Amino acid sequence: MTRLPGIGTKQEFVTGDGRRVGVLTHRDGHRELLLAARDDPDSCAATVPMTETECNALGTLLGAPNLVAKLQDQQREVEGVNTAQFPIASGSPYVGRPLGDTAMRTRAGTSIVAVVRDHVVSPSPRPDFVFAAGDLVVIVGTGEGLKQAAEILEAG
Amino acid sequence: METALALEELGALFFGLGVLGRLAGRIGISPIPLYLLGGLAFGQGGLLPLAGIGGFTELASEVGVVLLLLLLGLEYSASDLVGGLKRSWLAGIVDMVLNGTPGAVAALLLGWGPVGALAMAGVTWVSSSGIIAKVLSDLGRLGNRETPAVLSVLVMEDLAMALYLPITTAVLASLGFLAGLRTVGIALVLLVVVLVVALRFGGAVSAVVDSPTSEVFLLRVIGVALLVAGVASQLQVSAGVGAFLLGIAISEDTAENATRVLSPLRDLFAAVFFVVFGLNTDPREIPAVIPVALALAVVTTLTKIGAGWFAAQQAGVGSLGRWRAGAALVARGEFSIVIAGLALGSAAIDPEFAPLATTYVLLMAVLGPVLARVVVPVHGALSGRRRAAA
Repeated sequence: MTRLPGIGTKQEFVTGDGRRVGVLTHRDGHRELLLAARDDPDSCAATVPMTETECNALGTLLGAPNLVAKLQDQQREVEGVNTAQFPIASGSPYVGRPLGDTAMRTRAGTSIVAVVRDHVVSPSPRPDFVFAAGDLVVIVGTGEGLKQAAEILEAG
Repeated sequence: METALALEELGALFFGLGVLGRLAGRIGISPIPLYLLGGLAFGQGGLLPLAGIGGFTELASEVGVVLLLLLLGLEYSASDLVGGLKRSWLAGIVDMVLNGTPGAVAALLLGWGPVGALAMAGVTWVSSSGIIAKVLSDLGRLGNRETPAVLSVLVMEDLAMALYLPITTAVLASLGFLAGLRTVGIALVLLVVVLVVALRFGGAVSAVVDSPTSEVFLLRVIGVALLVAGVASQLQVSAGVGAFLLGIAISEDTAENATRVLSPLRDLFAAVFFVVFGLNTDPREIPAVIPVALALAVVTTLTKIGAGWFAAQQAGVGSLGRWRAGAALVARGEFSIVIAGLALGSAAIDPEFAPLATTYVLLMAVLGPVLARVVVPVHGALSGRRRAAA
């Protein structure tokens, strides 16, 4: 972590590709995503101001596939079973409703194994777990079941 | 009747400054040079001499200096300063020698003696942290690798001010060697004490000013700041340095709140400070000093680029980044005027000092941000040509 006196702090690392990637946190708490330029690694090709929600969204995008990949890895031996992640869109009928309302296992034969919200993974959520817009739902099931599950989450 | 007139004048003054500030925002430059021009226009020998608000503006400009330095101190924590000192002392010294010397030499050549040389060295030495932070942020360079080097040069300069201002105050007051030494001793002891207290017992100082209600908080912070500044001034350490040290001693959470409530007041009173400085400069004396100011501007632009280049090189930054660091540091502003303001009241200072300092800062405050912007395309064009020639 580098302190920038009068401005805030900077945390960064260099990727395997040689690009410097980091986050600048201003003293007032607002954050910027930094990406170094390719031709001049000392300068920044992009600095993207991000709100709290956007930071969480990006964290989830980068972190959640990792979880899915791990689960897929574990289930490779089981023929016909897949893992997929679906977002709870802001228009979903299940925003603000508990997981039990989806009746996912009865209707699609699939199981919700985890919910990712703001980077935080809730493994094996119980039926009273209440969904919020932006949640990523990790579901295990057959190919057909997963298709149905996506429709349920989208349209009820 | 007198009150009515004073209110009208004050209103016109602030409104005028507001118009100038907006203009500065439109053309993308710091408002400081425009405030100075505003002061020049209103002042003695200017277009529209103001009478009747002298008492208020004099005091307000003192408060302006106190708030400018208090907020500067609030931006830094003691660990920033100590860390900066450990990492960048060499870059700080190179910066001081390269950029103080041209001012001192110019003052000596003009026959202003050692006192004038000391004051002028300060004017050409110190970059404007306000202008530079804004430029770096506007150009999206805060995440650049040379930026910590640029900031640490600014930190070193500001820290050095905690010694330079008392020394200059003492010399200007021609206290004599022993009394001067005592003042500098007090400043040095104060600086060390403040750094130690802030590092070890940062909460204690904050507790004095802290309060959950913003009204009480504001009154306490301002009260303590003015008290400390007044005592510092009585000890000949200079009011600004007292406020700066207080700002450092206030720990981070409290400092952020204080910055938030004080920023608007700082803007108001600092604007008055720049105008009063302009008021005290006779615009008719400016044409005579333009050649010297231009020469100083050219020389100290080059020396500042050199200092930034060196600091960035120390940080292991590549060629273009070094040039960017150098160009970013060129802007001079509030500190040069604070130093010049100290010198203004002294009998030991040549009357041409104020117009020269004003003209110099006018040039550098405008030139600095422009240079910071054009250095990248210029460097690109130059290195392109070099490559073509090879």
